[in-house]
Amino acid sequence: MSVLKVENIHKSFDKTQVLKGIDFSLQKGEVLAIIGASGSGKTTLLRCLNFLETPQKGKIIVNDKVLFDADDKKLQSDEQIRKNRLHFGLVFQSFNLFPQYNVLKNIMLAEELLAKEQIKAVGEYNGCTDFKEAQEKIEQKAKDLLNKVGLSEKMDFYPYQLSGGQQQRVAIARALALNPHVLCFDEPTSALDPELTGEVLKVIKGLKSSDSTMVIVTHEIEFARDVADKVIFMADGVIVEEGTPQQVIENPQNERTQAFLSRFNQKF
Amino acid sequence: MSFWQISLKLLEGFGQNCFIFIVTLLASLPLGLVIAFGSMSKFKPLCWLTRAFVWVIRGTPLMLQLFVVFYVPGLVFGMPFQSRMSAALVAFIINYAAYFSEIYRGGINSIPKGQYEAGQVLGMTKSQIFFKVILFQVIKRIIPPIGNEIITLVKDTSLARAIAVPEILMMSYEFAAEGLIWPLFYTGAFFLIFSGGLTLLLGYVEKKLNYYRG
Ligand SMILES: Nc1ncnc2c1ncn2[C@@H]1O[C@H](COP(=O)(O)OP(=O)(O)OP(=O)(O)O)[C@@H](O)[C@H]1O
Ligand SMILES: [Mg+2]
Repeated sequence: MSVLKVENIHKSFDKTQVLKGIDFSLQKGEVLAIIGASGSGKTTLLRCLNFLETPQKGKIIVNDKVLFDADDKKLQSDEQIRKNRLHFGLVFQSFNLFPQYNVLKNIMLAEELLAKEQIKAVGEYNGCTDFKEAQEKIEQKAKDLLNKVGLSEKMDFYPYQLSGGQQQRVAIARALALNPHVLCFDEPTSALDPELTGEVLKVIKGLKSSDSTMVIVTHEIEFARDVADKVIFMADGVIVEEGTPQQVIENPQNERTQAFLSRFNQKF
Repeated sequence: MSFWQISLKLLEGFGQNCFIFIVTLLASLPLGLVIAFGSMSKFKPLCWLTRAFVWVIRGTPLMLQLFVVFYVPGLVFGMPFQSRMSAALVAFIINYAAYFSEIYRGGINSIPKGQYEAGQVLGMTKSQIFFKVILFQVIKRIIPPIGNEIITLVKDTSLARAIAVPEILMMSYEFAAEGLIWPLFYTGAFFLIFSGGLTLLLGYVEKKLNYYRG
C-alpha cells in the first residue's frame, strides 16, 4: 500500500500552465527527490500537496483515502482542507519561523492549539482529558525533536538569535511535531550559506533512518543521490524521467535530463 | 480669583479632555480593526464602501465632523444628542477609528505571506493564524505610528470646544477674555505633562516589544 499517491495533477495560474499532469506514488519510508530547472513547477507541486494551491485537475490520495479530488467540491471546504494539511508537513526555503516565539514555542504552538480545540470538542486529545497534561506531553515531544535536530541547548532562543542553518533545523522539528505522513522540503538549503548546508542535510539524512516518508525538492544533486530512493526529473510541468538515483542521476536516458545533469556530472 | 480656584477650573476642564481621550481610544482602537478588515475584504462592495468612508473621514477636518455629528441628528432628523459630550465622542471615535484602520491595514499587509503559509501547513485555522501568529507582529510594527496618533489625539481633544464641550481650552479662553493671560500657558503645561507621560509610556512599550527582531 502506498502512503502517497498523486494522480494527474494539473495546475495553472490564469493562462500559464505550470503542472501538466503529474503522477507518482510513494511507499512508507521512501524518500523522493525532485530535481529540475528553475520554473519547472517543483515548488508549485509541493504547494499543491500542502493545499496551499488548488489543482484544477487530479487527485491526492494518502493511505488509500482520497484527500483531494478536483471534481469533488465536498472535499474542498476550509475545514476539510485544514484536516488534509495535517497529513503533510512543509519545510520552506525561507524557514518562516514565528519571530515572536522562542524555539520551543515555535515547535509546540500548532499542536497546543490543536489539543485545546480537541479537548473542547471531544473532551480528549492523545489520551489526555486535561490541557495541562496534554501540554506536558507536547513539550516533552518538542524537546525530543529538538534533540533530534541537535538544538536542545537553544530551546529558549528566539529565531533572530539563530543562524540560518539552525533556523532551518528548528523549522524541520516544527514540521515533524504533528507527525505528518509525508514531509516535504522545498530547497531547504538554498537560502543558506554554503558552510551551513551540511548541518541541515545531515538532519534530513537522519530522518531517513527514522522511517519518515519525504519529498525533497533540491538542487543538491549529490545529496539527492545519497538520500533518495527515487528521483524525479521535472521540466516544463511534466515528469521527464523517474527512477532510482542510479538510473536518473548516474545514467539518465532522456536528453533533457542529461543536459540538466551535465554540469553536475562533469565534477566526477 | 486665586491661583487655586483657577487651577481647579482648568483641572475640571482637563477632566473632560481626558475623558474624551480615554473613551475615544478604548472605542476606536478595536473599531479601527473592524474597519481595516472591511477595507481588506474580498467582497468588493464592502471594500469600496469602507475605503470611501475612510477617505471622507480622513479628507475632511475633524472640526467639520464635530459640527455635522452634533447638528445633523437634531436639525435633520429631529433627534438631537442628549449631551454635547456624547456628540463629541461619536465624532472623535469615528475619526480616529478611520485613521487607526489605515495603520492596521498597512501593518497587516507588511507581514510576509510566509507567516500565514507556515501557520496553514501546520493545520492552524484562519483565526488561529491571525490571533496567534500575525496580530502580535502587527502590533509590534504599528506601535510607533499608533503612538503618533495617540499624541495627536491628546491635543485634538481641545477641538471639542467647537461644539461647546467645556474642556480646558474653553476655560482658559474665558479667563483670557477677562484679561487674564497666564492661564493659557498653564493650559499648555497640562498638555505637555500629559503627552510627555504618554511618550514615556509608549517608549516603554516599544522597548518591551523589542525582545525579538523581525
Ligand atoms: N502564484 C503564481 N501566479 C502566477 N504564476 C506562478 C505562481 N506561482 C508560480 N508561478 C509560475 O509557475 C512556474 C513554476 O514555478 P515554480 O515556483 O513551481 O518553479 P520551481 O520549479 O520551484 O522553480 P525554482 O527552482 O526556481 O524554485 C513559474 O513560471 C512561475 O512563474
Ligand atoms: Mg521553487
